[in-house]
Amino acid sequence: MMENLLKLDNVNTHIGQYHILQGVHFEAKVGEVSVLLGRNGAGKTTTLKTIIGLTPATGGSVTFLNQDITKKPTYDIANLGIGYVPEDQGIFAQLSVEENIKVAMKKESEESKEKLEYVLNLFPDLKKFWKKAGGNLSGGQKQMLAMARAFVNDSKLLLIDEPSKGLAPIVIEKVMEAIVEMKKRTTILLVEQNFFMASKIGDSFTLIDDGKTVHQGAMKELIDNDEMKHKYLGIG
Amino acid sequence: MNKPILLSRSNLILFIIFLALIAFPFVMDSRTLTILLTQILIFGILAMSYDILLGYTGIVSFGHAMFFGIGAYCTAIMLNDFESTIGVFLGSIVVGMIIAGILSFLVGLLTLRLKSHFFAMLTMAISGLLLVVAEKWRDVTKGNDGFTFKAPDVFKDRIVFYLVVLALLVIVFITLKRFVNSPLGRVLIAVRENEQRTKSLGFKTLYYKVIASIVAGVIASLAGSLYAVSLRFVNTSVLTMEITLDALLMTIIGGVGTLIGPLIGSVVIESAQHYLSGLARDFPIFERWIIFFGIIYILAVIFFPKGIAGTLQSKYYQWKAKKVQTTNVVPLSKNKESSE
Repeated sequence: MMENLLKLDNVNTHIGQYHILQGVHFEAKVGEVSVLLGRNGAGKTTTLKTIIGLTPATGGSVTFLNQDITKKPTYDIANLGIGYVPEDQGIFAQLSVEENIKVAMKKESEESKEKLEYVLNLFPDLKKFWKKAGGNLSGGQKQMLAMARAFVNDSKLLLIDEPSKGLAPIVIEKVMEAIVEMKKRTTILLVEQNFFMASKIGDSFTLIDDGKTVHQGAMKELIDNDEMKHKYLGIG
Repeated sequence: MNKPILLSRSNLILFIIFLALIAFPFVMDSRTLTILLTQILIFGILAMSYDILLGYTGIVSFGHAMFFGIGAYCTAIMLNDFESTIGVFLGSIVVGMIIAGILSFLVGLLTLRLKSHFFAMLTMAISGLLLVVAEKWRDVTKGNDGFTFKAPDVFKDRIVFYLVVLALLVIVFITLKRFVNSPLGRVLIAVRENEQRTKSLGFKTLYYKVIASIVAGVIASLAGSLYAVSLRFVNTSVLTMEITLDALLMTIIGGVGTLIGPLIGSVVIESAQHYLSGLARDFPIFERWIIFFGIIYILAVIFFPKGIAGTLQSKYYQWKAKKVQTTNVVPLSKNKESSE
C-alpha cells in the first residue's frame, strides 16, 4: 500500500469572520496526482492555502511526512518540501524567467541544476524566453514558469491551483502532459474545474462541498458515477 | 559570447558622467556651484539608500531621516569633542553607521512585521520620538539652535571635499548595484512584487526586509555625516520629516527601483530648490517657491509616472522592441515568393 504523504484531518479555516473550511479531510499518497474537485466557492483554493500556511487552519490538523505542520509558518512549510502554484501564478513580473527560477532554486547544486535542465526540457518555451521579464509572458508561459519554479524548489509535494484556467485548449494539453511527466518525480495535489483534464491525469479525487469533504476515492470511481458528478460538479 | 559587463553602453555613459563630474570644479570656477553639486551628491546617496527600501523592497518608510540625523550628529559631535582630523572624521562615519545599523535592525525587527501603512506610521512615530529626544537633550545636541564645529583642515578646500563626496557616491552606487543584482537583491525584488508568493517559496521575508532596512539605514547615516561636514553645522533639522520627504520625492521623481533614478531626482530637487528660492530676489512671488516646487512635482508625476529614469528606460525598451520587430518582418510578397 502506498504511503500517505499529506493528511488533512477535520481541518477548519476562518478568513476574517467567515468560516470557510468546516471539516476537510483527505490524504494524498506518494507518487499520485490527487485532485480536489467541487463547485466554485466550495473551499478548494482555501484548502491549498491552508496546507501552505497562507490562511492557517483554526482547527483540525495538517500532517506532512508524519509531521504536524498546522501551525507552522509558510516559509517553514515550503522548506519542508511543499511547492505551491497559485491560481494567479504569482510570477515576479519584473524579474526575468531566469531570475524567477533562480530565486526559487536558492542554492545551485548538481541536483538543482539537473532539476532545472529537466524542467526546461519539459517547458522549452521557458528556455526560449530565458531573459524575458516574467510580466511579459503569455498566460500559458506564466503557468509553465510558475510550475517550473515550484518544481525546482526541491518539492516533494506540488500544490497546483487550477492550471487550466484561462488557457487555450492546446496549452492545456501541454500543461497536462507536463503534470503527467512531473508525477514521475513528485506527488501532486491539484485543484481543477476542468473535469476532462482532472479525470485524465488524476489518480484519486476528493470532492469538497460547502467547505466539507463529501467524498474521496479513486478517480475511476467518480468517472463511472454520473449521479455524483451531476450533484457536485453539475456535469454528466 | 556575452559582452563584458564593464564595457556595456550604460556603464560607458556613467563613466563619462563621472569624468565630467571630476573635471567640473576645475573647469567651472564657481564656489556656489561646487557647493550645490556637493549637496546634490550627498542627497543622491541618501536617495539611493531610500531606493533600497522603496524601489527594491517595496517598503514605505517615513522615518528615514533618523538614520541621516544619527550620521550627522555622530560626525558633528565627534569632530567637536575630539580633534578635527581625518581619522576622527572617518571614525565618526563608522560609529554613525554602526549606531544606524543597530537602530535600523531594532526598528526593522519591531515594525516590519506590520502591513505597509502601519509600518509607515510607526516609523514616522519613532523618528518623531528621536527628534524630541534630540531637542530635549540639549547638553549633547544643543537642541534646535544647533552648534558649529571645525571640519578637518583638508576639507577647507571645497573642491577636495567635493571629490571625496563624489568618490563615496561612486563606491556606494557600485556597492548597491552589486547588492541589488545579487541573489539577495533578487529576493528583495520578489518580496516587493509578491510577499506571500516569496514566503511560499520558502523565504522568511521579514529577515530580508530587515537586511534591506539595515543597508538603507547605514548608507543614510553616511549621507548624514557628509551633510554635517558640508555645513560645518548641525541642528535638529537633520532629523525632521522634511529630510525623509526629500528622499522620497527624489526617488519617486527620479524613478524607483533604478538606483540611477534617485540621483537624477536629487539633481532635479536640489537644483529646483536652489534656483527657485534664488529667483525670490527679483520676483517676490518666488518667496513661496514651494508652490512652484509642488507644480514641478505634479508635472513630473503626470508626465513621468515611472520617474524620469524609469520612463526613459521603458521608452528605450519600447524602441528596441520596435526595432527588432521591424527587422524581423518579412514582406508578404517576398514570403509568398519563397514558399513558391
